[in-house]
Amino acid sequence: MSHKVLVYLDQNAGAALPASWEALGLGVNVAQQLGGTAAALAVGPGAEDLAAQAFQYGAAAAFFATDAGLADYRPETYATVLTQVAQQEAVALVLLPTTSRGRELAAMTAVDLKTGVMPDVTGLEVADGQIVATRPVYSGKVIAKSVCAALPAVVTSRARAFPKPSPDAGSRGTPTAVTVAGLEAAPKTRVLEMIPAEGGVSLSDANVIISGGRGLANNPGLTPPSGLDDKQAEIWRAQEGFKLLERLANVLGGAVGASRAAVDAEYIPYAHQVGQTGKVVSPNLYVACGISGAIQHQAGMRSSKVIVAINKDPDAPIFKLARFGIVDDVWAILPPLIDAFQERLKA
Amino acid sequence: LKIVVCIKQVPDSAAKITAADGEVTWGDAPLVMNPWDEYAVEAALQQKDERDADVTVLSVGAEAAKEALKTALAMGCGEAILVSDPALAGADSQAVAQVLAAAIRKIGGVDAAFFGRQAIDGDMGVTAAQTARYLGWPLLGLVAAIPQWDNVVRVERTMEEGRQVVEADLPVVMSIVKEIGEARYPSFINIRKANKATIPTWSLSDLGIEAPQAQVSWPEVENPPTQSVQTEILSGSPQEIAAQLVAKLMAEKVL
Repeated sequence: MSHKVLVYLDQNAGAALPASWEALGLGVNVAQQLGGTAAALAVGPGAEDLAAQAFQYGAAAAFFATDAGLADYRPETYATVLTQVAQQEAVALVLLPTTSRGRELAAMTAVDLKTGVMPDVTGLEVADGQIVATRPVYSGKVIAKSVCAALPAVVTSRARAFPKPSPDAGSRGTPTAVTVAGLEAAPKTRVLEMIPAEGGVSLSDANVIISGGRGLANNPGLTPPSGLDDKQAEIWRAQEGFKLLERLANVLGGAVGASRAAVDAEYIPYAHQVGQTGKVVSPNLYVACGISGAIQHQAGMRSSKVIVAINKDPDAPIFKLARFGIVDDVWAILPPLIDAFQERLKA
Repeated sequence: LKIVVCIKQVPDSAAKITAADGEVTWGDAPLVMNPWDEYAVEAALQQKDERDADVTVLSVGAEAAKEALKTALAMGCGEAILVSDPALAGADSQAVAQVLAAAIRKIGGVDAAFFGRQAIDGDMGVTAAQTARYLGWPLLGLVAAIPQWDNVVRVERTMEEGRQVVEADLPVVMSIVKEIGEARYPSFINIRKANKATIPTWSLSDLGIEAPQAQVSWPEVENPPTQSVQTEILSGSPQEIAAQLVAKLMAEKVL
């Protein structure tokens, strides 16, 4: 059997991003539909160990490239490696996870392979011998079935849209080193350093997201420290509210999100924003606290499995999406909710 | 220093989008500059303020896209160019990237091409990278800050793990994210100038290229089924509500 699918494992410092294994699971599945197998590729420091792990997730072969010129992630060189292996294996599908790196590598590799790219798919199947991708477009207001006329199709799969396969420790193999031809002798970009993000769970990979909005600033029971003007007092109140959200997120192993209104009002940094101009997320559980649920916010969280809305305003649009609704003050509900989850999860 | 900002005109983010018979329509909803592209315009105008950069805004689209170009002129861009050609109907991201690369070459002397992170219609997010690959210029994707720009440019790229600090030789392609700073509002004087501006339209023959072959298409489109969520309103004291919610979420097996 030949390899029909090549899956690129996105990684940082030798650790695969969770979406990489989801992509590999999907790639194995599509390869079977095409009557072949899937191969995996890892590039950069730690790539050999990572490639070895790919066998446990169903890869029939695994390639790695660790040339000195690949020590830092740069899209130009990494795309060249991906193109070379895709050509050498003559696959029908090149699959990457939708990550910041995966999306740009897919874009460039599609140019190199003179084919097309279908990024951020939520479904992928073979129908009448053709690879058909399901892509949410117009911020999820439209679902498109997309096809690529040329081969291989280059696709990125949305994080959490496909199940992560369970590793089978008994599946082992020896990864194959790739010698890369044509790496630039004098790179036009130089990576100087990495400034690490604040700790915590990444929103895209989070199983649970507790999100806050403008409503968090309205707690009349709090007395701000003296010396704050009105705007500072509003921010202080909202940040006290976000501390509650963070405690609940910690209990549930989740991440803290926010509406655009809360970010624009400077309650919390932009990195937490969920919505059309923030992150698109699909956790198992999304708890919207004091968020009215504008259509732009819905675009970022609509595909969550179960949505809980806590809002004082019974007419807030967020209740239309919610499986469970609580018409009350966030600061009244969250403390007993944190206690109740702590009790329950301890048991 | 010469910067070209590539923008797209899209239906407003609040538009009701209808998919039927393989077509996507948005009724009489306004067409606007793609919201993510506003940050790319803002980033270029910051370089105009700091380094007297010459900023040209470029779009591929229908004649109506001149309205989006006028918005960019009203924000402070110096010149605008539209590439429009009936042969571009059905163009995919790579076809558009080839057209943009040809237009950037024709403009000439360009030090940097700026893009937004993605357009809110096709949600592809690949055009900056593809244009860079066609031009053979390095890509600096998802740029949040540009702390240095002289004979080289230094940027901070956003990634899952933090910010990667990268230095690049010119010319470069960048995609710009919201952290660069809120986009400025058009000034009254620039709005008047933009309304009077004559925006040239280039055809593919002006660029000296044939229509690039599109590979990707969307033969089927549909509006997602309206979720029939049965909302269950929980009531009682906060303690009672908390106990109910925990029990119900455990039963849903989402934890």
